[in-house]
Amino acid sequence: MKTLDRKLLRDLWKMKGQAVAIALVIASGVATYVLLISTMNSLTQTRDRFYQEYAFADAFASLKRAPDGLKSRISEIPGVAQVETRVSAEVKLQVAGFYEPVTARIVSVPDFGSPVLNRPYLRRGRMVAAWRDDEAVVSEAFAEAHRLRPGDSLDAVINGRWKRLRVVGIALSPEFVLQVRPGALSPDYKRYAILWMGRHSLGVANNMDGAFNDLSLTLTAGAHPDDVITRIDAILAKYGGLGAYARKDQMSHRFLTEEFRQLQRSADIFPTIFIAVAAFLLNVVVTRTISTQRDQIAVIKAFGYRNTDIGLHYVKLVALIVVLGIVAGLGVGAWLGRGLGRIYTEFYRFPYLNYQVQPSVAAAAAAINLLAALTGTLLAVRRAASLPPAEAMRPEPPADFRKTFMERLVPQRILSQPTRIIMRNIERRPVKALLSIIGISMACAIMVAGRFSKDAIDYMVEIQFRRIQREDMTVTFVEPTSRKAVYEMRRVPGVEHAEVFRSVPVVMRFGHRSYRTSIRGVEPGASLHLLLDEQFRHITPPRGGILLTDYFRTILGVRPGDLLTVEVLEGSRPVLQVPVSGMISQFIGLMGYMDLDALNRLMKEGSAVSGVYLSADSLHRHEIYRKLVQMPRVAGTLVREDEIRNFYETQAEALLFFTMVATVLAATIAFGVVYNSARIALSERGRELASLRVLGYTRGEISYIFMGELGFLTLAAIPMGFLIGKGISSNIAKALESDLYRIPVVIDSWTYSFAAAVVVLSAFVSGLIVRRRLDHLDLVAVLKTRE
Amino acid sequence: MGREAGGALSARTVFQARGLTKVYTMGAVQVHALRGIDLDLYEGELVVLLGPSGSGKSTLLNILGGLDTATDGEVTYRDHNLTSAADNELTEYRRQHVGFVFQFYNLIPSLTARENVAVVTEIASTPMKPEDALSMVGLGDRLDHFPAQLSGGEQQRVAIARAIAKNPMVLLCDEPTGALDSATGVVVLEALERVNRELGTTTVIITHNADIAGMADRVIHLSNGLISDIRTNESKKAPHELHW
Ligand SMILES: Nc1ncnc2c1ncn2[C@@H]1O[C@H](COP(=O)(O)OP(=O)(O)O)[C@@H](O)[C@H]1O
Ligand SMILES: [Mg+2]
Repeated sequence: MKTLDRKLLRDLWKMKGQAVAIALVIASGVATYVLLISTMNSLTQTRDRFYQEYAFADAFASLKRAPDGLKSRISEIPGVAQVETRVSAEVKLQVAGFYEPVTARIVSVPDFGSPVLNRPYLRRGRMVAAWRDDEAVVSEAFAEAHRLRPGDSLDAVINGRWKRLRVVGIALSPEFVLQVRPGALSPDYKRYAILWMGRHSLGVANNMDGAFNDLSLTLTAGAHPDDVITRIDAILAKYGGLGAYARKDQMSHRFLTEEFRQLQRSADIFPTIFIAVAAFLLNVVVTRTISTQRDQIAVIKAFGYRNTDIGLHYVKLVALIVVLGIVAGLGVGAWLGRGLGRIYTEFYRFPYLNYQVQPSVAAAAAAINLLAALTGTLLAVRRAASLPPAEAMRPEPPADFRKTFMERLVPQRILSQPTRIIMRNIERRPVKALLSIIGISMACAIMVAGRFSKDAIDYMVEIQFRRIQREDMTVTFVEPTSRKAVYEMRRVPGVEHAEVFRSVPVVMRFGHRSYRTSIRGVEPGASLHLLLDEQFRHITPPRGGILLTDYFRTILGVRPGDLLTVEVLEGSRPVLQVPVSGMISQFIGLMGYMDLDALNRLMKEGSAVSGVYLSADSLHRHEIYRKLVQMPRVAGTLVREDEIRNFYETQAEALLFFTMVATVLAATIAFGVVYNSARIALSERGRELASLRVLGYTRGEISYIFMGELGFLTLAAIPMGFLIGKGISSNIAKALESDLYRIPVVIDSWTYSFAAAVVVLSAFVSGLIVRRRLDHLDLVAVLKTRE
Repeated sequence: MGREAGGALSARTVFQARGLTKVYTMGAVQVHALRGIDLDLYEGELVVLLGPSGSGKSTLLNILGGLDTATDGEVTYRDHNLTSAADNELTEYRRQHVGFVFQFYNLIPSLTARENVAVVTEIASTPMKPEDALSMVGLGDRLDHFPAQLSGGEQQRVAIARAIAKNPMVLLCDEPTGALDSATGVVVLEALERVNRELGTTTVIITHNADIAGMADRVIHLSNGLISDIRTNESKKAPHELHW
């Protein structure tokens, strides 16, 4: 080994505390990057492979009913490659021992051969046998939630008739990687199932013999999805088409895409913070090291080492620290990634997950960090290398101290001598002090941003489920029904109050933009399901107009006062012009709200309703459920408390994971910055402090000078961290907002306190570590050696 | 002037300085450290550079050693023009030809005595073994000690070993005994004298201590940036005969 390299290792060993602190910050950055990107890549690859092997369709459509013969017309549309028609139905299920309402989507599979598109992946058992009307394959998540096995049975209400189904297989599907009930926020494995049954039997049971109500297709290479969709819509209009849509709008696929977007955005933000902090720390440490080694550099140069040798020497020092961090980060990132992958596979149901850290991801993480670190230290290294040896031999000029701004403001006698020293030190290097503050504030910001989603979710739940949805249950009918159905509901024992609503599938158009959704008609004076305007005040739809979710401003560009075109996809499919009378706050989904009578009138349908909101006595809950299952006109029941509970249950593990990771990372940054500042302060001012000790200052006073500065930096960093944290949170929220959901930027005061506590604690611990050295300052040595 | 060796003096000239000037500019203030030095140094001689503090001794030595550049005038080392040399040429020059000894030793604290010497021998073309260089200064048994484990005099001898280990053509020493007591100083000077005698290295020693001048072939006095006197010693004293 070269002698200079030996020096390097010994120097590194001497500053091992600082090196480890910086390596930790780098490791955190690499780990977050690897964690997020590798999870995303692994999920993407798994998804793509699953989609490909199990023939996920490119476009989808549902309709009321069309004869099988229509299939060939659709196949003839230019750009269409393969077409599959199916029968699909929403049914009520009853699982033995489970008393809450369960709904399921049943989709048909051909009686002979396997589906052309959206093929189920059979995990266990077998597919249904031809012509059997009592067999079903069940989705894995649901089967797991209820411990169903092939051979078990289920009761289903298919088209108003009870049917006992035998589970013959457990399967997954590219179509239902995420099994969310339409309109729900999160998958509910206990209360929502996907079932597969034979086409013939399902068709017969739903009056679809020789007909279909569900269509999926693939496109030829280069085909334009929008063109194909327009043509399909034109063909299906006669058959009660509910609007065809491309894969990008398919529910399960969309949720996955959103998740990837979130991972990508986080991968953009968080590792960048770590890299910046690490580069800053390295810069400070290398600058300091070089300045203490000025005369060594001069000697080495005097003996004929070249500038490049000197530069390389310090580059190696930086590289060693960075490589240490990278290696640790790769390991931790891969380990955490596996954990996150496991959490995701709970949520997203793939038949397999090939989790792996792609070499390119590892290489990118390594390259980015190394590059940033070297860029951060380049100037310091350059200055060291180009210092003329004769000059380098002289000690650095003494620091330039002035009376500080604060001192001029505050009368002298108020400030103690140590306090004055603290202030002069901070004011002498304002940039460095500021960068340290920014660094520490990043720790605080990461904590805030890491816990932000939990606060936002709490807030969304509060608004959505406590202030808007006050009903205990939402019952939907199989078909639009007379308003009189509400009396039947009110007669159910335990039901306290019932309010009807009408829901109509529509396409909304404004300008050249359009959006497929539904309009809900509500009764004036409703007390169960309330609407909130943009200031969160109650609002009722006026008779002559429509209220829209605020996000329609972004999606369609409409504003109150505009005239919205509404194409109804039901009944006589009228096309209407409706004035927009206001906007409402709603975080989940996009909808229009109208007065029930006004909507009925526009639909020319008398007093039809689609469902009822119920409030009920919780003691009678199970009886009510049982009654509802038996009512033929009831298609399904949503229970608000179940939704909330399920929402938290499905999110809990991921939230806990991210909070834990964020806390560890924030503590790492806080520790890295504070410990390094402290060590450098000690090396810069050890002599000064020791001299003060010799002059009779106590340990306490010395510690105060020393820790006071760190304390000041830490405290100054916290409010800044709050601001940055909120900035990052709103950046993430903004990036993720879509018609699926909008995340409000709400941060709980508890999150702020927790973030501050983590930062203060990390700072305190690193201060304590350095204080041990402070207490053992070698007073004699300090006076003997020259600087 | 010159040594009594006679013969082709110019062929034995190692350094030649003409009109050498160095001005330091510090803001509005200009410090004239050298004000036009004419000087020849010859092969194998041991020169002592005397003068009060601030007279320009270090500045002159640094320019001769390629650590600094002159403001005006010219210096040549054999056939190299140092005044017009670029930074990398000066580096090459120091690497091949010059050994330095500094007042404050300037050892690398994280390297042992042997390693401090090895740092230099590793990049030299015809070095001696670090162990041999350390033996020459009487430290053959302290090879693996770190600077902090050596006394001031021992550290300075390591510095001398480091300077001579690459077999340099010239040895430039800036107050090598400045930080040492007289007994220790004598040991260090003996080491320098031995190197000069045995290896024939042209040696320049800066001191402000006139007593040390006794061991020189020639003594050059500097004052206020100019050479005020050059004297040739008729009879050189051995270092142990010196007292201060
Ligand atoms: N880098 C510098 N900047 C400004 N003035 C300098 C510098 N180096 C030396 N000097 C000045 O040049 C003069 C000569 O310095 P120096 O050669 O170190 O003297 P000596 O070594 O004889 O004590 C002194 O007045 C000194 O203050
Ligand atoms: Mg000097």
